[in-house]
Amino acid sequence: MTKKLLTATAVVSASALVLSACGNAGPGGGDEGELSDGKVVIAVLNDQSGVYKDLSGPNSVAAVEMAVADYKEKHGDDVVATEIEVTSADHQNKPDVANTKAQELYDREQADIILDVPTSSAALAVATQAEAKKKLYINIGAGTTELTNDSCNPYTFHWAYDTYMLANVTGKTVTENGGTDWQIIYPDYAFGQDMDKSFTDAVEEAGGTIGDHIATPFPNDNFSTFLTKAAAEEPNVIGTMQAGGDLINLVKQYNEGGYAAQGIELAVGLMFITDIHSLGVEAFSGVNFAEAWYWNFDEENRAWADRFLEETGTRPSFAHAANYSAALQYLEAVQEEGTDDADTIVGNFEGKKINDVFLKNGEIRAEDHRVIHDVYLAKVKTPDAVEEDWDYEEIVSTIPAEDAFMPLEESTCDLG
Amino acid sequence: MNAFLLYTVQGLAAGSFYALAALGLAIIFGVLGVVNFAHGACYMLGAVVAAVLLDVTGLTFWPALVVVPVLLFLFGVVIERLFVSRLAELDPLYNFLLTFGLSLLLVDLIKRQYGVSGLPYTRPEVLSGQLSLGSFHLPTYQVFVFLFSLLVCAGVWLLMTRTRIGMIVRASTEKSDLTRALGVNVKAWVTPVFGFGIALAGLAGVLAAPFRAITADMGSSFIIILFAVVVIGGLGSIVGAVVAGFLVGLVEAYGQAYAPQLSQIVIFVLMALVILARPAGLFGREENA
Repeated sequence: MTKKLLTATAVVSASALVLSACGNAGPGGGDEGELSDGKVVIAVLNDQSGVYKDLSGPNSVAAVEMAVADYKEKHGDDVVATEIEVTSADHQNKPDVANTKAQELYDREQADIILDVPTSSAALAVATQAEAKKKLYINIGAGTTELTNDSCNPYTFHWAYDTYMLANVTGKTVTENGGTDWQIIYPDYAFGQDMDKSFTDAVEEAGGTIGDHIATPFPNDNFSTFLTKAAAEEPNVIGTMQAGGDLINLVKQYNEGGYAAQGIELAVGLMFITDIHSLGVEAFSGVNFAEAWYWNFDEENRAWADRFLEETGTRPSFAHAANYSAALQYLEAVQEEGTDDADTIVGNFEGKKINDVFLKNGEIRAEDHRVIHDVYLAKVKTPDAVEEDWDYEEIVSTIPAEDAFMPLEESTCDLG
Repeated sequence: MNAFLLYTVQGLAAGSFYALAALGLAIIFGVLGVVNFAHGACYMLGAVVAAVLLDVTGLTFWPALVVVPVLLFLFGVVIERLFVSRLAELDPLYNFLLTFGLSLLLVDLIKRQYGVSGLPYTRPEVLSGQLSLGSFHLPTYQVFVFLFSLLVCAGVWLLMTRTRIGMIVRASTEKSDLTRALGVNVKAWVTPVFGFGIALAGLAGVLAAPFRAITADMGSSFIIILFAVVVIGGLGSIVGAVVAGFLVGLVEAYGQAYAPQLSQIVIFVLMALVILARPAGLFGREENA
C-alpha cells in the first residue's frame, strides 16, 4: 500500500513541478492646493521575504526614509510636507497579492504614492490600481517594458531599468567590443523569452550574429550540458538570461567547464550586486552585465552609499538608490507645487530633467513616463582587484541616457 | 564524439547526486516504510552546513565530506527519535505529512537565517579545471563526483551484502514482516538507518556545494526528480535506486543535449513507461507492490 502511495506521490509531485515551472517568472489625488489628509504617505510595496528581499526588500524602505530625512533637512522650516509617513507592505511577488495590497495602501492607508514593486506581473497589477485610483506609482524593481508601452497610464512612472535597456547595453556594447559571435541560453518562461528577443535585436543591430537560442527548464540546477552544447559552436560570447539561483548554478558550471580559457566570455542579462556578494567575486570574475547604478562609481555615489551602510549595515543595490531618488524627487515636486495632488505632481514630473545621486542626466519622458538616465556596462573584478567589501565592479563604459533606453518612436504608449 | 563523451560524464555527475540521495531514500523507505519528503531539504542542509562551516570555522571541502554527513546523521537520529518514531504505528500518510512539514520548516529557517541569495563556496584547487586524456578534456570536478559517489555506493553495497548489519537491513527492507517473525529486532535498526539515509542526502549536498547554487530552495525540485528515480529503480530496492539515479542523470543530460525543450519531461516519461511496463520498478519485486 505504501509503495502505491510513493508512486502516487511521485506522480503528483511531478505534475506540481511541471505546473509551477509554467507559472513562475523571474525577476516586474487629493485636493488642489493642500496636502490630502494633512500628510504625505509614501508606501513601499515589494518583496520583504522572498527571492528579491536582498536586492530590494526592507532596505528599500530604509532608502526612502533617508530621502525623507534629506528633504526635511534641506527645506528646514519651509517644508510643505510637514508630516510624512513611510509605510510598507509585502507583495510576495504575486500579482494577486500586489493588487490587493495596492488597493489597501491607496484606500485605507491613504498612500499618495507607491514605490518599488519588483516582479513584472505584480508591477502591472499595481499600475492598473494606480490608474483606477488616480494615484501616483513609481516602479523601480520590475523590468517589463509593458509599463511604458501598451500598459502605460498617466499615473505610472518607470524609474530605473527595463529589459530593453539591459539587452541594449549588454548585447550592443559587448558586440561592439568584439564579442560578435553569440550563443544565448535562456529560461523558457515569459521573462526569458522577452530577454532572448531583446538581446537578439540588440546584438544583430550592432553587427553580431546569434547561433543557437537554447531554451532551458525553469528552475534548473544542471546547466553543464547546455553550456557544452553552446560552446561546441565555438562562439566568443555566451549570453545567459537566467536569474537568481539558476544564474548561480549556471555561472558555477561555466567556471567548472573552463570556458573562459577557451576565449568564450559570459554575458549576463540581469544581475544585481547582491548576486555577486552572495556567490563571491571569484565565481563571477570577468562577467559582463548592464548596471543601472553603482555605489562606488564616483564621490557622490560613494558618500551616499556610506550613509546607507551606516543605516543598514550593507551597501546599496541600484534598486535601493533608485527608491531614494524616486522618493526624494516626489517630495521635491510636492515642495515646488505646494500640494500632493496627483495630477499636479504628474504635470510637474513630465519632461523634467533631473540630476541626483541615482539619476545622472536623468529625464522623465512626458510621452511614456519612462525615466531615462546614464547607465553602465560593468565587468566583475578579479579577486585581486577588490579593495574592500562590495568593491566588485569595474565600469567598462557609460551609455548615455538617450542611447540606453527604448527610443520614443518605438514606444506604443499613448497617454491620451 | 568528444561532445557525446562530455554529455555522458555530465550525465553521470548529475546522476551521482540522484544516486546517493535516492540510496538514502530507498533505505529509509525500506526499513521504516516512511516516504521521507524532507530528503530534498536534507540535501540542501548538507550544502548549507558545508558552506557555513567553511565560513565560520574554515573547514574545507575534504574534511566536510566526513564531518557534514556525521552531523546530518545525528540530525536524522534526533528527528527519528523525537518525531518519526511516534507516528510509526499509524498510517504511513502521517509520517509523509510530518516530513513534508519538516521540509517546509527547514527551508524557511534557512531562508530566515541566511537569506535568499545563496551562500558562497570555494572549490578545492586540485578539483578545478580540466582533466586531459589525450585529445579529450573532461571537467575534473564532475569526474571526481562520479567516481566518488560510485565508490560510496559500492561501499554501501558491500556493507549491505557482506556484513551482518547489511543482512538485517536488507532483510527488513525487502521482507520486513518475515524478518520480524524470524526474531530479528528490526526496531533497533530503525533509528541508525534513518540517520544513515539522511547522512547520504547530506553527502550529496556537500558534493553539490562547489558545483551548484547553495540556496534554501535547492532541494525543492531535487526531491521531485528523486521520487521519479526511486519509482524507476523499484521502491525500496538498493541497487535499483543507484542504477536509476545514474540512468536519470544520463537521460537528463542527453535530453538537454539533443532535445532541450523536453529535457525535464523525458524523466517523467521514462517514469511513466517504467510504471506501465513494470509497476514495481526496474529492480522492484512484483509481489511487494
